[in-house]
Amino acid sequence: MKIVACIKQVPDSAAKVVVENGRVFWGDAPLVINPWDEFAVEAALQLKEKHGGTLTVISVGGENEKEAIKHALAMGADDAILIADPALSGLDTQSIAQVLASAIQKIGGVDVAFFGRQAIDSDSGLTPAQTARLLNWPALTLAAVISVEADTIKVDRAIEEGRQVVSAKMPAVVSLVKDYGEPRYPSFMGIRKAARAEVPVWSLANLGISAPTSVIAWPEITNPPSRNVVCEIITGSSPEEIAATLADKILAEKVL
Amino acid sequence: MKTWVYIDHFKGQAMPASWEALGAGKNLGTVTAVIFGQNVEALAKEAFENGADEVLLADDVTLADYRAEAFSSSLSKLAAAASPDAIFLPTTTRGREIAAMAAIDLKTGVMVDVTAIEVQGDSIVVTRPIYAGKLLSKETCSTRPQIVTLRGRAFPKPATQAGRTSTLTKVSPAMSEADIKSKVEGYTTAEAGVSLIDASVIVSGGRGVSNNPALTPPGGLDEKQTEIWRAQQGFALVKELASVLGAAVGASRAAVDAGYVTYSHQVGQTGKVVSPDLYIANGISGAIQHLAGMRTSKVIVAVNKDTDAPIFKVARYGVVGDLFQILPALTAAFKQRLGK
Ligand SMILES: Cc1cc2nc3c(=O)[nH]c(=O)nc-3n(C[C@H](O)[C@H](O)[C@H](O)COP(=O)(O)OP(=O)(O)OC[C@H]3O[C@@H](n4cnc5c(N)ncnc54)[C@H](O)[C@@H]3O)c2cc1C
Ligand SMILES: Nc1ncnc2c1ncn2[C@@H]1O[C@H](COP(=O)(O)O)[C@@H](O)[C@H]1O
Repeated sequence: MKIVACIKQVPDSAAKVVVENGRVFWGDAPLVINPWDEFAVEAALQLKEKHGGTLTVISVGGENEKEAIKHALAMGADDAILIADPALSGLDTQSIAQVLASAIQKIGGVDVAFFGRQAIDSDSGLTPAQTARLLNWPALTLAAVISVEADTIKVDRAIEEGRQVVSAKMPAVVSLVKDYGEPRYPSFMGIRKAARAEVPVWSLANLGISAPTSVIAWPEITNPPSRNVVCEIITGSSPEEIAATLADKILAEKVL
Repeated sequence: MKTWVYIDHFKGQAMPASWEALGAGKNLGTVTAVIFGQNVEALAKEAFENGADEVLLADDVTLADYRAEAFSSSLSKLAAAASPDAIFLPTTTRGREIAAMAAIDLKTGVMVDVTAIEVQGDSIVVTRPIYAGKLLSKETCSTRPQIVTLRGRAFPKPATQAGRTSTLTKVSPAMSEADIKSKVEGYTTAEAGVSLIDASVIVSGGRGVSNNPALTPPGGLDEKQTEIWRAQQGFALVKELASVLGAAVGASRAAVDAGYVTYSHQVGQTGKVVSPDLYIANGISGAIQHLAGMRTSKVIVAVNKDTDAPIFKVARYGVVGDLFQILPALTAAFKQRLGK
């Protein structure tokens, strides 16, 4: 099987992210693979291990943004493509989806393209379905369980009401949720291999497309208003007394 | 402004955020409710009572189960013909996906999971949390229709008017069964209980719920089983309080990873983002990734043994103490006060 996983590089989830003079800063927090995309890589590796084939990871990002790719290679991906082009900064999800769809087409013969559920910086969760639409492939999103038989892929999707079991003929786009199971840690050998790997960089010209135009604009990013909560510590001589005071305070807030 | 609102439902049961979206659309002008499904005409009646000026209803066997392609292509085909200024959807798993795909068909953009909407000139400008709520972003879309998904509980529910009715237009789906690439094989049901996303009260447990040295686990369990047994005793207390308050049960990632409860309960950056009126955190330290999922809750209450736990920095009320003592007492206090 020919498998692809689309991965994004984001600031670590523990980063303190703030806006200063209209620009987003995350201090010296490291850039990492989007946590959801680790599940995409894990699912891709398990599919490859079961059915044979190759896994290529694709990331759209800056020329120096290789952390996510190195992590995926260290987990066991066979190769990687970084798509970098000055025309690609500040794009909306439709535009990223166009670039990813073009790359998947250029690679050719792909059976499954895996995605994370959403990127933890933009929090949009749109790209997998949009890429699928552009490719005219079915989108099996939010997968918790995946199985492949002949040319059909079946997933259990995590939806509000439980799980929806959906199948489709490949090629297909699949996005992953955390229920899939913990992604593996890179092995020592994997890390060494990833450190030496040459990652080809594709430009838009390589993809044969012109720069997509974003229709979404974000004129202003701000820090959320600080909530000046002062925590009132409830004390008392017994758990019962504390509980009684706390219950009365909560009832007085009229939130029940 | 002419706004369409996609009414998301599961087997004819509307997601509450659908009506909130309808109310938000109504504030901007006329609203058309768009309903897809099979045997879902009752939803049209609900839509009128919630303020819809018109309902477009595709009631068809191909729409009996939600499928991304079938639903999004029906929406985009109708919208291409009628050119609404905006399309609103609730931010549900289905709403997000339909919005994503319809935007591609209509060559427009999506502003997702928004918490505020304003109109500037003839354009919608939204506010949405990004970086898990660490920042707020204003966004707008230069093309039409402007597609927006609205975060649940961020907009008020419209007042309903019993018996109100208006124009119902029946429409056909865009795809025939033969063209739809995916097949729904069935469902495995969720656990019963209040859904986290819609809950106005959430009681959560973290790693601390397994920490009651006074309990003696039954013999014959290995270390891991013992920990889970301990956690179950703690979560039983969390669930009792939740049931008295009619609340949903939440959990930290540590509690989920340790196997105390399923992932569907996880609150946080890689779990569910919730914003209830009341959030009671028990034995949760308040890591930044957990706070990302609940910090906008109206009133936060924390029970934790550790005075320095970061959860107290966002809490309105705190108890420094052992949850195994506080929780049963709190449940009893509420039982008495709420007459249960
Ligand atoms: C990429 C990434 C994503 C993440 N996403 C999430 C997420 O979505 N949600 C999430 O929650 N976490 C998330 N985390 C994990 C997060 O960093 C913390 O590890 C986690 O939230 C800790 O859970 P906890 O508070 O239950 O456990 P701990 O931090 O171990 O805290 C347990 C608390 O219980 C208290 N306690 C112990 N015994 C008692 C007792 N008897 N009575 C009262 N209090 C007691 C302790 O004082 C302590 O404060 C993520 C981490 C990463 C790296
Ligand atoms: N720049 C990117 N490069 C590669 N994959 C991406 C990129 N942006 C988003 N994705 C993929 O799309 C998923 C959803 O992202 P988003 O729609 O931005 O929340 C991510 O989890 C990735 O799998």
